[in-house]
Amino acid sequence: MSAELRKHTVVALVEDRPGVLNRVASLFRRRGFNIDSLAVGTTEEPGISRMTIVVASENGIVDQVQKQLAKLIDVIEVADLTGEDAVIRELALIKVACTTEQRREVLDLVDIFRARAVDVAPGSLIIQIVAEERQFNSLIENLEPYGILEMTRTGRIAMLRGDQTTAVHDPESEELQRFRHSSGRRPAGELPYVSD
Amino acid sequence: MRMSGADIVLESLKRVGIDTVFGYPGGVVLPLYDRWPAHPEVRHILVRHEQGGGHAADGYARAAGRLGCALATSGPGATNLVTAVQNAMMDSVPTLFVTGNVARNLIGRDGFQEADATGILTPCVKHNYLVMHAENLAHTFAEAAYLATTGRPGPVHIDIPKDVFIDEAEFVWPEEVSVRGYDLPGAADEADIARAAELIDAAERPLIIAGHGVILGEACEELRQFAEHTGVPVLNTLLGLGSIPRTHVLSYGMMGMHGSYEANMAASNADLVIGIGNRMDDRAIGRFNDFNHHAKLIHVDIDAGEHGKNLPTAVPILGHVKDVLPQLRDATRQRSHLDWIRWIDEVRDDHSHSMAIPSGPQMTSQGVIKRISERCDDETVIVTGVGQHQMWAAQHMRFSYPNQLITSGGLGTMGFEVPAAMGAQVAKPDALVWSICGDGGFQMTLQELATMVDENLPVKMAIINNGYLGMVRQWQELFYEDNYVAVAISQPDFVKLGEAYGIKALRVTDADKIDGAIAEANDHDGPVLVDFQVEAEGNVWPMVPAGSALSETVEAPRPETPSEVAR
Repeated sequence: MSAELRKHTVVALVEDRPGVLNRVASLFRRRGFNIDSLAVGTTEEPGISRMTIVVASENGIVDQVQKQLAKLIDVIEVADLTGEDAVIRELALIKVACTTEQRREVLDLVDIFRARAVDVAPGSLIIQIVAEERQFNSLIENLEPYGILEMTRTGRIAMLRGDQTTAVHDPESEELQRFRHSSGRRPAGELPYVSD
Repeated sequence: MRMSGADIVLESLKRVGIDTVFGYPGGVVLPLYDRWPAHPEVRHILVRHEQGGGHAADGYARAAGRLGCALATSGPGATNLVTAVQNAMMDSVPTLFVTGNVARNLIGRDGFQEADATGILTPCVKHNYLVMHAENLAHTFAEAAYLATTGRPGPVHIDIPKDVFIDEAEFVWPEEVSVRGYDLPGAADEADIARAAELIDAAERPLIIAGHGVILGEACEELRQFAEHTGVPVLNTLLGLGSIPRTHVLSYGMMGMHGSYEANMAASNADLVIGIGNRMDDRAIGRFNDFNHHAKLIHVDIDAGEHGKNLPTAVPILGHVKDVLPQLRDATRQRSHLDWIRWIDEVRDDHSHSMAIPSGPQMTSQGVIKRISERCDDETVIVTGVGQHQMWAAQHMRFSYPNQLITSGGLGTMGFEVPAAMGAQVAKPDALVWSICGDGGFQMTLQELATMVDENLPVKMAIINNGYLGMVRQWQELFYEDNYVAVAISQPDFVKLGEAYGIKALRVTDADKIDGAIAEANDHDGPVLVDFQVEAEGNVWPMVPAGSALSETVEAPRPETPSEVAR
């Protein structure tokens, strides 16, 4: 069975509470799905976090990924944005070796890719780029001859264009919010010493 | 009302309808046990090992048809539960597992008896909780019970640090539970029902595979009506046995690795397969890629994750089986499939030797199991372990109502038989409960005999004793050229062992004495252990070798003279 591998962008809206990342990661490991990248952050709705997961797999597998994710109690909503009209971005910081003589040409490259130099040192530059994958790879290719010293990427995030949203606006009662927020979280302050 | 975390836990157990907890105490749950005498409505049964407690809760839940509960301490208590939790997960059994943990300020410091219980159990449960605030306890229990018993049921685990039992909080029981990440399926999609009905009406050789979901969804009557209306023969998965009476004219018993020859041929030759509350497991379906290419598949399940997981599905139907089956019945024509049924009957009659019990003076496992079955009444519960005896029980016992058979299907847990039977007996104190045990599995969890004696649970245990880990030996014989490695298993004198526990114990070495021993066990008011010393090297036939297609079902290589045909 040789099916074409394709990168899928799956968005999961999850309860913001301890253990959620572990549940999601555990599910991917257990079912043998490979995570290309994973980005997590808060959303416009207090108590709800958004995970953007990039999975390289056959179409049928992504269907299973979505269904298995949706089964997790802490996962509120799952959507596959692959092939949808969406803004897809990733941010990277790239530290590139660069002598003062080379600096001008590197900065020209940075301009072409609409990236930015955010740190300048005598022998190196940190370049920040916010882009889609193709543009991103192309910049790296062009920087490689200078020597890439270090690189870090945030992983992909995505949002549908236009009025459509992948959001949950389902406010719960204050009581329930308090329960969900504190569930599994260590209380603040000193705890009494209780030995076992 | 303000009360301690311990009181809130016990009060919450009552609210969710738990009347029995199979538990084992330890350091961190001491504050809970300290308050137990004030809550006599919740019976505590002291087991001898946490795994036993877990399986007992599982057996209890299946026999009673409601939430079962087991309790353990932190660290080793929690890790000893793992097998039982995963067992309940694989078989979708509504269970609540409660563990204590070290006090909050000690979590993460690798203190005495600390284990990451929620981390360890996360992949084994439907959901779990670490409760860090006493005021969250009541809500957590309400939510946990709701999750465990609704939708596709399963185990839910609650981990409670020691000092949370001690902290005080207001006891507020939530009037309703709603979980926004948990949607129960509503009515099935009408277009799906229409498409399914079209396929059913057009089919010439349709077949139903009824699984555990029919029993869990309490839809046995709806299944019978749907099958009778459409005239479609019904096969069962192992856990689906009992969803339709085996005596029903449309019931063709179990399919799969040790299913009947006719069941596997029917599944391989059908032009439409209607899976109902089953999960298309490899033991039932055989090699996925070669499962009947001519058949279209309709799959009714409450869990969308099961649709298309193992087999391409023409029409997945998401919904409660109890609602979907009447909808399908109303949408389809009344039919009978006489030619198709005649075809299956002919296969059955031509292969009647394939499940025959060997003749001769020797005592066979099948013979013992069949005789126990013949002496069951309408309330008898059969619990089995895992291996040859389990398959022979599935083949030769005539299950006629739901949850009459309690067995470890998905996980295949040896050692399930004794504690699960104990749990079933607690759930049904007046029923006759027979535990069909392997001599291997029995030795894994026999410590629960002491619990049975303590609680005077009159479980009847039949050790199908062939001196081998029989199923493994069968595979070594058939697929590893008789190279028997680590399968001959020694054993204690089971009669002396039973007597040491204060249990009536019998040994049967002669086929003529089988009936007498069963009658004696049935008549005895208390637990009984019967050591049936059966032939050593019997094999379970027919068989689909691991990794083969159902159509490649193999029968016994040298047909033995059938003395007693198994139907």
